[in-house]
Amino acid sequence: MVRATRVLAAELRHTVESVTDPEIPTLTIGDMGIVRGLSVDEEGAEAVVTITPTYSGCPALEVMARDIVDAAAGVGYSARVVVSHNPPWTTDWLTERGREALQELHIAPPGPRPGDPAGHGGPVPVTIGRAPHTQSAVACPRCGSDDTELISRFGTTACKALHRCRACGDPFDEFKAV
Amino acid sequence: MSAPYAPAVLALADDALIYAQRLGEWISRAPQIEEDMALGNIGLDLLGRARSLYTWLGTVDGTDRSEDDYAYWRDEREFRHVHLVEQPRGDFADEMIRLLLVASLDVERYAALAAATSPVDETLAGIAGKALNESRYHRDHARLWVVRLGDGTEESHARMTAALERVAPYVSELFTDTVADQEAVLAGVGVYPSSLRESVLGYVGAVLTEATLDPLPEPSWHARDGRIGVHSEACGYLLAEMQHLARSHPGATW
Repeated sequence: MVRATRVLAAELRHTVESVTDPEIPTLTIGDMGIVRGLSVDEEGAEAVVTITPTYSGCPALEVMARDIVDAAAGVGYSARVVVSHNPPWTTDWLTERGREALQELHIAPPGPRPGDPAGHGGPVPVTIGRAPHTQSAVACPRCGSDDTELISRFGTTACKALHRCRACGDPFDEFKAV
Repeated sequence: MSAPYAPAVLALADDALIYAQRLGEWISRAPQIEEDMALGNIGLDLLGRARSLYTWLGTVDGTDRSEDDYAYWRDEREFRHVHLVEQPRGDFADEMIRLLLVASLDVERYAALAAATSPVDETLAGIAGKALNESRYHRDHARLWVVRLGDGTEESHARMTAALERVAPYVSELFTDTVADQEAVLAGVGVYPSSLRESVLGYVGAVLTEATLDPLPEPSWHARDGRIGVHSEACGYLLAEMQHLARSHPGATW
């Protein structure tokens, strides 16, 4: 059997963390903060990768698990993916680079979490429907203007909300804060 | 291995699965496309939490069942959800009252579950913690609609008032304690639904006031016994639709 040249465990971690979200191709799972652990057995051929779901119903999780196994195989490891639920993921786990990656795709990084006890936010009063929309707490990822409004708290995927920029007129997604 | 609180968790999982199925029915039928997506998304969150809970149950209740075994291969009498979540999709006003009630209850009961299980069962505590965060978002969505419709036009106010009448008989069952709850409480990881009544209905009542609506009316009858598998006529039709594909093609995978 021909085996890809096996790399050091540290590099395996890099390889695993470089797997990207199938729905947000500039965002790696490392920057999303969903890789919880990685261990390699004594012989150094088998790896266990622990990941955590972002949103409970996110269908991308299964694709990411498959991509992790493929990526590990590419560098000579047979990997098994374990899903851990604790502690639950929140958008605070996104790295600074992850927030930049979202910005590059014109997706606004998550704003303050609703009801966050840390206090950098608290409930943001909004209205719903076609009435004058409420000022958002997020800046436009295209032109940078703060003059934006929330159109819908639920967007194109489980993890996004829909906004519009009043300055440049473009609608945009926000990676919603939980 | 069998956890004494597994039967109480099964009730939570069934509430989530059955309500997810009803919410999914709104896709293409909500008043606006953003709302199709919103209700679809909330349903997806509930489905995801049901899957995690069923997977957890299969490892602790001694049956080694998969999530699909729970969802597709149990019959009506084996489901433990409340009558409220199985009722057919009605007026949008009814749905917003139902969502406000279910999400408000979920916020309280998942908060209690996360706190109670965190020292003893970190998987369950993690699932509950995530469910809590998501339910806060769902509850806020329902609150915004209830306020907007209640304090809206004459027509929307009248329809919200009629919806409250229709939903009221299903409320008391949400706070009825069962043997499963007692087992969980005795094991130190449960919470009596009756103990959440005040906080849940307090929240709902405050929203109704903000929406210029009357409080939940006192109903002339009460739904009961969903938690012991006695369901309304609507449940069989729902399960038939949900389970038919899996039962027609056993073992089929994507």
